[in-house]
Amino acid sequence: MSGALVLIQVLNGLQFGVLLFLIAAGLTLVFGVMDFINLAYGVQYMVGAYLAVMFYGVFGNFFAALGAALLAALLFGLLLEFLVFRRLYGRDHLDQVMATFGIILFLNHAVRMVWGAAPLTLPMPDVFSGSIVLMDGLLYPVWRLVIIAAGLAVAAGLYILVSHTRLGMLVRAGAANARMVSALGVNIERLFMIVFGFGTMLAGFAGIMIAPILSVEPGMGDNILILAFVVIVIGGIGSIRGAFMAALLIGLVDTLGRSFSVDILRLVMAPSPARTVGPAIASMAIYLLMAIVLYFRPAGLFPAKGR
Amino acid sequence: MAGAIFATPSAAGRLRSRRDMVVPALIFLVLVLVPAFAAATAQKFLIDLTARIMIFAVAAVALDLVVGYGGMISFGHAAFIGLGAYAVGILSAEGVGDALIALPVAILAATLFAWITGIVCLGTKGAYFIMITLAFGQMIYFVATSLAPYGGDNGLTIDARDTVAGLPLFKSDTNFYYVILLSLLATYAFCRALVASRFGRVLRGAKDNASRMATIGFDVRRYQLVGYVISGGLTGLSGFLLANSTEFVSPAYMSWQRSGELIVMIILGGIGTLDGAIIGAAAYLVAEEWLSTLTENWQVIFGPVLVLIVLFARGGLIGLCVRFWRRRGAFS
Amino acid sequence: MITRKPAIVVAAALVAIFGLRAGVAQAQDNLKVGLIATLSGPPAVLGQQMRNGFMLAVKTLGGKLGGRTVDVSVADDELKPDQAVIKVKEFIDRDKVDFVVGPIFSNILQAIEKPVTEANVILISPNAGTSNFAGKDCNQNLFVVSYQNDQVHEVLGQYAQDSGYKKVVIIVPNYQAGKDAAAGFKHKFSGEITDEIYVPLGQLDYSAELSKIAAEKPDAIFAFLPGGMGVNFVKQYRQAGLADKIPFLSAFTVDESTLPAQQDAALGMYGGANWAPNLDNPQNKAFVDAYLKAYNAVPATYAFQAYDAALLIDAAVRELKGDLSNKDALRAALKKADFKSLRGAFKFNNNHYPIQDFYLVKVVKRPDGKYETEIAKKIFSNFGDSYAKDCAMK
Repeated sequence: MSGALVLIQVLNGLQFGVLLFLIAAGLTLVFGVMDFINLAYGVQYMVGAYLAVMFYGVFGNFFAALGAALLAALLFGLLLEFLVFRRLYGRDHLDQVMATFGIILFLNHAVRMVWGAAPLTLPMPDVFSGSIVLMDGLLYPVWRLVIIAAGLAVAAGLYILVSHTRLGMLVRAGAANARMVSALGVNIERLFMIVFGFGTMLAGFAGIMIAPILSVEPGMGDNILILAFVVIVIGGIGSIRGAFMAALLIGLVDTLGRSFSVDILRLVMAPSPARTVGPAIASMAIYLLMAIVLYFRPAGLFPAKGR
Repeated sequence: MAGAIFATPSAAGRLRSRRDMVVPALIFLVLVLVPAFAAATAQKFLIDLTARIMIFAVAAVALDLVVGYGGMISFGHAAFIGLGAYAVGILSAEGVGDALIALPVAILAATLFAWITGIVCLGTKGAYFIMITLAFGQMIYFVATSLAPYGGDNGLTIDARDTVAGLPLFKSDTNFYYVILLSLLATYAFCRALVASRFGRVLRGAKDNASRMATIGFDVRRYQLVGYVISGGLTGLSGFLLANSTEFVSPAYMSWQRSGELIVMIILGGIGTLDGAIIGAAAYLVAEEWLSTLTENWQVIFGPVLVLIVLFARGGLIGLCVRFWRRRGAFS
Repeated sequence: MITRKPAIVVAAALVAIFGLRAGVAQAQDNLKVGLIATLSGPPAVLGQQMRNGFMLAVKTLGGKLGGRTVDVSVADDELKPDQAVIKVKEFIDRDKVDFVVGPIFSNILQAIEKPVTEANVILISPNAGTSNFAGKDCNQNLFVVSYQNDQVHEVLGQYAQDSGYKKVVIIVPNYQAGKDAAAGFKHKFSGEITDEIYVPLGQLDYSAELSKIAAEKPDAIFAFLPGGMGVNFVKQYRQAGLADKIPFLSAFTVDESTLPAQQDAALGMYGGANWAPNLDNPQNKAFVDAYLKAYNAVPATYAFQAYDAALLIDAAVRELKGDLSNKDALRAALKKADFKSLRGAFKFNNNHYPIQDFYLVKVVKRPDGKYETEIAKKIFSNFGDSYAKDCAMK
């Protein structure tokens, strides 16, 4: 195990963390601001990826597909908001759970009916399809750097939006006391719609950006959903900063856990059991982390103020 | 939501009038008659299907206790099913196949896990509680998949159903059906009594306003922990029955999707009614079973149905029935 | 009383639903087959291939198997073992099937083997082939027409051994099949395994593992990463520049179900199988053409094995002239396996698992733009599995 490898694994961990943030950003916004448990977030992520694949087939160009898919994802999200979600604001969390669960069932299967059950692929844009040499024999796709950049841009953009703009102020106020804000003359329904649409677009954006390195298949959002919830819960629901920190933390813990758990365990046990116990612990690692964090900080690491 | 709860007959917990007993009486009457009906129409599989419904109904009733009456949304309840099931499986693999040992072990395992995790989980509230129960459920799931000597994720076949003091009482599907039915009846009656008792009132009070209960002088967290532990133990019973019924155990019994399905079942039937838990379990499993024979893409129909029920049928299926009664003017 | 009415209505509805199904007329002289596969969730594509393969065979044979018209019921096990148990019990009790064909996944097979075989119904597995049922738990009512899971991994192990590779890294998911894969590979490969990497099920991002592999500079890697995991790993392996440097040996990672997503990333990678679409015999050519025409996709092993399962049933029923009343005769007819398998030579071992040839296959791009595996080299001839000796059957 060389120092260079450790450094590379740290880089991998941070990159995975930024990926996780990109995935979780939209969820924490919607959940935090609107107190709305959106289990359908995973399928919105999936729909974004599928739309991109479909538009790529039409345009043959990644960026055109990206733009078109984002727009379509936004429209789709707004449609869902209008039809279903709008009636669920202020209702019990359980009702939200069941309704969004129903949407998951519907969309996972609808997607399969439309696009088939076989996994699909979205090619990277040519301009970013190169690689840089990370170490002897290992290349690092430029696209992953693009994803990191996108994630950081989203983080910065959201932070500025929420903390330093009027819209962001309205959003935070609406989260704290919707009725008061409405009484002050702000159309709270329209505000929530904007926030939700934005969250949907973020979900779709994450799906599209990640599709070139992952497979696009029905049900791809289900495991993502759990990961996203773990991130926002550890970070503190509603906190962009919390989600960012939590995502990086989880990315590092998960990646370093997978890379070195076996080596660490080998110090205390025989190689053969270490090889299988290591990954078992690695898969539990993020849940253990969440349990530990919540034990000491029941509202996450950076709970959003006013909650 | 509050209105829906207090409008349902069993909201107060105790079966106060004969009217409140109609629904559970009818449910259990139907359940008792199923084997005879199955024999008469030569559809033996009905016994298997209804047995499965009742097994999940036990878990659903136990879950409704903490979710509907306690306000604690547990997204990891399938773990207790898994613990109960694996107790049976592991004991059987080690040569112990007697229900008199397996059942207490199953319930004890589930109870212990509920107690330990409950202490940690109950420090959190709301969505955080949901996620931390999910986390513990996932941890047990991953432990089970790495249990190579007991099949890992391939699962473990059980040679034969448990005997009771040496007697193969569970062997016949029809006999075992009645065992499950009795278990469901016992679980239901116990939960009813619990909910109507002082303990139940504290729990429900804590759901509405925890700080008020604390001000009155109750140690809210202790009451909630006891409720959570009881619920976990009862769900372990469900696992014991499931393992014996299918003669197979697998980590798939405790995936987070299963926990989610349990929650959907009780919401579907009507939260906080206990009757709703049984009806919801039946409705969910029957829909799954029946719709899947109609079309492979049954979830495309079932998903929107769930959404419609949430939007337009507050209080679930029981709520629908209540509104039906109300319209007939029979409800004061 | 008015209040009882709604509940009575509900009860009556339930009775009607169940009663209605009992009343549906079942033609008494039709052959009945129950197909159970995973048709939902990410692995649905495999169940679909299995179903397509089986139904294509039935169609090609004019809707009949062995001269008798056949009713095929299809059930989705949703990868839930207890759900699968209910479905097969329905097949047996309600539909009174003569054969249960399926499943895809090993854990489902583990769950349904007991209820089906104990009811004295024949279970034909066109994919799952666990070691216990090949050995000490073998059963006279179970017939596996695919392979024993270890065998495919042994193909790659043998190839690695023959190619003179000294250092190999193994990467598999951390579940039972993954452990079996590693064991199967090591059975035939006696070089050094520099690392055995077990990844959590469902992992998406392999940068950590890829960095590790690159650092260790093995002569080859052996991967068993089915489904979406394989798609992700192969894409990322190619993107990390490792595909040109470290030969990629795999099982169930690059096959016709994942190639549509992997595309160029998988070109030149190796797999192991008992068949490939370009296997040169007339019945296989006809099958591949028919499958392409009907489903616009290249068939994978899941499809061809299901097709063979239908052919097996057809041959056995034909031999018994449609009379399945004598179960011993049926089992004997099935054991004979007197049919033209799409893979060429086929016979059953004493444990009802096949003895067949195995090949090293390579991923290529077809002229029509689709991707498939092609036979590169025959590795084993008439290869039986290593658990047959533990089976008490003759």
